[in-house]
Amino acid sequence: MSASRPRIRRRLLRAGKYVVIVFVSIVSAFPILYIISASLNPFGSLVGANALFAQVSLDNYIGLFSRPAQPYAAWFLNTLVIGLISSAGTVLLGGFAAYAFSRMRFTGRRVGLVSILLIQMFPQLLGVVAIFLLLTAIGEVFPAIGLDTQLGLILVYLGGALGVNTYLMYGFFNTVPTSIDEAAKLDGAGHARIFFTIILRLSAPVLAVVGLLSFIGTVSEFVVASVVLTDPAKQTLAVGLFQFVTQETSANWPIFAAGAVLAALPVVVLFFVLERYIVGGLTAGAVK
Amino acid sequence: MTPTVRSRRLTASPPSLTTLLVKVVALGIVDAIAVVVAFVLFGHGEWFVATLALLTAAVLTWIYLRRGALPAKYLAPGTVFLLVFQLFVIGYSGYIAFTNYGDGHVGSKDDAVAVLITKSLTRIPDSPAYPMVVVERGGELSFLVTDPDGVALVGGDGRPLEPAPDADFSAGKAVALPGYTTLNFAQMLQQQTRIAAMSVPLGDDLDEGAMRTANGSEAYVYRASMHYEEERDVFVDVATGTVYADTGTGAFVSERGVELMPGWKVDVGFENFGRAITEESIRGPLLSVILWTFVFAGVTVAATFGIGVLLAMMLNDPFLRGRRIFRVLMILPYAFPAFLSALIWSGLLNPQFGFVNQVLLGGADIPWLTDPVLAKVSVLIVNVWLGYPYMFLVATGALQSIPMEYIEAAKVDGAGRWATFRKVTLPLLMVTMAPLLIASFAFNFNNFNVIYLLTEGGPQDISTEMNVGATDILITLVYKVAFGETSGRDYGLASAFAIIIFLLVAVISVLSFRKTKALEELH
Repeated sequence: MSASRPRIRRRLLRAGKYVVIVFVSIVSAFPILYIISASLNPFGSLVGANALFAQVSLDNYIGLFSRPAQPYAAWFLNTLVIGLISSAGTVLLGGFAAYAFSRMRFTGRRVGLVSILLIQMFPQLLGVVAIFLLLTAIGEVFPAIGLDTQLGLILVYLGGALGVNTYLMYGFFNTVPTSIDEAAKLDGAGHARIFFTIILRLSAPVLAVVGLLSFIGTVSEFVVASVVLTDPAKQTLAVGLFQFVTQETSANWPIFAAGAVLAALPVVVLFFVLERYIVGGLTAGAVK
Repeated sequence: MTPTVRSRRLTASPPSLTTLLVKVVALGIVDAIAVVVAFVLFGHGEWFVATLALLTAAVLTWIYLRRGALPAKYLAPGTVFLLVFQLFVIGYSGYIAFTNYGDGHVGSKDDAVAVLITKSLTRIPDSPAYPMVVVERGGELSFLVTDPDGVALVGGDGRPLEPAPDADFSAGKAVALPGYTTLNFAQMLQQQTRIAAMSVPLGDDLDEGAMRTANGSEAYVYRASMHYEEERDVFVDVATGTVYADTGTGAFVSERGVELMPGWKVDVGFENFGRAITEESIRGPLLSVILWTFVFAGVTVAATFGIGVLLAMMLNDPFLRGRRIFRVLMILPYAFPAFLSALIWSGLLNPQFGFVNQVLLGGADIPWLTDPVLAKVSVLIVNVWLGYPYMFLVATGALQSIPMEYIEAAKVDGAGRWATFRKVTLPLLMVTMAPLLIASFAFNFNNFNVIYLLTEGGPQDISTEMNVGATDILITLVYKVAFGETSGRDYGLASAFAIIIFLLVAVISVLSFRKTKALEELH
């Protein structure tokens, strides 16, 4: 008797654990299942979407690409281009800086590291008014990088390149043994060669994480993008889909669902492919 | 062997030809761009910015051409972007906060005077119609007008009418002028708005009046109903005699307080901050928004942390079946782009048609997003849904790094589950997680997307004139004040709010970083 009591207790505890875990899993996954179902549902409204997987058709996906006023294909492409260029730039600019901080000793190094951390406490979106006015002013002289240009938006995003990302890379570069650099130096390799062929290659995981995190950040960025880009054909997914779904929520819902699924797919796949590295990066202080 | 190695280390190997070539070409491009940029800027009279561009290029060239100073070479590219689009932007926000920049206060005073005069132009009653055609030269439009005496006159925006003796006439009306092309009907239709906006002065003095046209074939004389007296720097209403004076507030104001719009941009000192504190219609909403911002960020961090740690401990059990699948399901909300999740939730929680009311609650009519209190709850729920996987992931990592001996030692000492957690696990968790909690707080303090994409800050607070809603946090308020479509744009006030966020975040980060340092020392 006395031996079975704790066993029963343990069993109950485990059962309770399962209940909680299953419940949380359902809550986590449900909205995503729901939107997949809605995207496949040919009944065109928000109410119609409530019948989960009642009928399956690809009508909404076809409809998505046949609306001249909501150029989804253009939004998708814009987001891809802006995201890729910005994240590549972030990796490169951040990598340069991290290399300097990790491998060189110079006056102002500590101050530099601390000030990068401090500046990052103030995200760029706080200055959205100033960014808008700055790009307006630039646009009057150089229309190519002014308001309503994607190049201007990319330049703004690159302004945030030195930050948490630099820190992540800095931490990782520090784990690459300096003896490898020394050996390469003996073989006559210059600093640039060491950086590009040794440090970057050995740090591939962290580069992937920084690239992905900054890509996701750019894709999700709404504030600056909505202020800078006004022409529908130039907008990003975040801005376009938001306006699309708020204009006529119910009628546009199925098409929006298809657009959301298509937009999320690459990001989710990349996330799970790189999950191991991302989790490592999270502990070092990255917030999506 | 040794001496040769040493000598090779001492004399850095000379840069190879390709490196040098790449360097020179890259620098050449940068410098060429800088020169072009400076040239264009000089053309616009922006000599200060032009000098700055040249200076930047010179500094960059110097950094990369001289030997040594390696760190500078690696730090320069990122720093340039940081300076312009981060530091300058912060500083510029600070400056705008001290101006009245916004709708009606955009340009300089001279611009405002010119616009006011043009705006007050009204047609002189019963004045004759002047037959006219629109002519074009080098992209510039002009009016070719025939006055009642049959004399042809030509002029355009800012170019007073002057006689055009060599004009070609047809039926007593000047129809063409050598050197100009006369617009045909289709071309005029194309440029309709531009033509309708033109006002061609009769003489150098704007008070003489100006020619305007509605249809492109007849022009009328318009005269300003507002007279600008340059010496006194006032506007006088010609009909009523009311005097509007520049009182330093960035607009011409009558004695009774009526402002002529547009005004112009002036520095207003601390007025924006003063308004935020003294004007009841701003102070009330602002205070509740600040309070809600703290609640929103604080509750989010506490709840996501609690749930994340709990789940991490549950899943940390190696005997649990299906751990992998549960883990994947639980981090799905984190892998899914957040802006899409927010929009999906806005559909799920839709009061009339959403899944939650219609299916889960069997046709209930709960105003999830439209009731001020419920909307706050909904926003929090969604944000916790979005945020707990992050805490779960981090806590899992942190838990696995805690040595088992500590926990077993506690057990041996007779500590129960709860006591072990409180006294051993939690403090060790906090060592890794405290900085992340601060980062998470700072992130959620400005978590624009969740609020704006879910509720747009609404439901609207109708007790105040300000465009503010129950779920607005500070950053969404900044956005609405600056770019709101219903309330007009007030960049000055919005920037003042942004500065308030800066200060709050600065205080929070200083305080919390001190705390975590203390924590680390404790460890």
